[in-house]
Amino acid sequence: MKARIVVTLKTGVLDPQGKAIEAALKSFGIEDVSGVRQGKVFDLEIGSEDRAAAEAMLKAACDKLLANTVVENYTIEIV
Amino acid sequence: MRAAVVVFPGSNRDGDVARALARSGAEVVKVWHTETALPAGTDLAVVPGGFSYGDYLRCGAIAGRAAAMDAVRAHAARGGLVLGICNGFQILCESGLLPGVLMRNVQRRFICHRQFLRVERTDTRFTTAYAKNQVIDVCVAHGEGNYFADPDTLAGLEGEGRVAFRYCDASGGLTEDANRNGSLNSIAGVYSEQRNVLGMMPHPENFVDALVGGTDGRGLFDSLAA
Repeated sequence: MKARIVVTLKTGVLDPQGKAIEAALKSFGIEDVSGVRQGKVFDLEIGSEDRAAAEAMLKAACDKLLANTVVENYTIEIV
Repeated sequence: MRAAVVVFPGSNRDGDVARALARSGAEVVKVWHTETALPAGTDLAVVPGGFSYGDYLRCGAIAGRAAAMDAVRAHAARGGLVLGICNGFQILCESGLLPGVLMRNVQRRFICHRQFLRVERTDTRFTTAYAKNQVIDVCVAHGEGNYFADPDTLAGLEGEGRVAFRYCDASGGLTEDANRNGSLNSIAGVYSEQRNVLGMMPHPENFVDALVGGTDGRGLFDSLAA
């Protein structure tokens, strides 16, 4: 199985990089955008075929390492 | 005073902090990050500055989970002293030893300059050699030093007097100009609940020798070694 984990900043947490990207987009004439936030994507391959076990494992991976839950949220998608 | 400086791949300020500690009279050993225990008799564990693991994932994220950090956590739980400077502060936050997180500087640039700090309290093992509200002249050098914590955590830190240092101007004023990385409440360093763990972004170890421009960092190492 394959999985994709998306880590994003929580609402309200300042994202200077997102702001810089938004300003850059506008400078290229792409003006109808707002609220740009930068995040991270992790693609993983999982040996097990047990979806529930894989979800539990990936949740542990997020909580232990992939996300800093003080400022970040994550979503797990098994594909 | 026996100090153990933990070294990770990418640490680069371990030599400077070891030198500053030795200058104040501490006996210093270095501990590689794969070690599972600190040397017997360690009083102070130091997590130095640098770019551990190339700052991959998040600054301090991978180092914060290294084997040696389990030993540092156990040392702190026994009441042992822990000092984290710059990347070391980021590592202590990622390891759960200190609350909050160091975010990208608000103006998005790496900052590297002399910096005044206000010493918030002098009754901890780290600051007895300073005077209360003393303004000290040290250095900062970081891209991710913007201290952030949720409102409850921040209120707790302030209420319990756990802010160690704040960025200030030459007269101790907490101005926006002096807080160039955008830290909440101008926070430059915080203590753990028991005040045996200190994390700080600025580099006191840079300024322990008049030859390189200042000696205001000595107080921290003198306090520890006293």
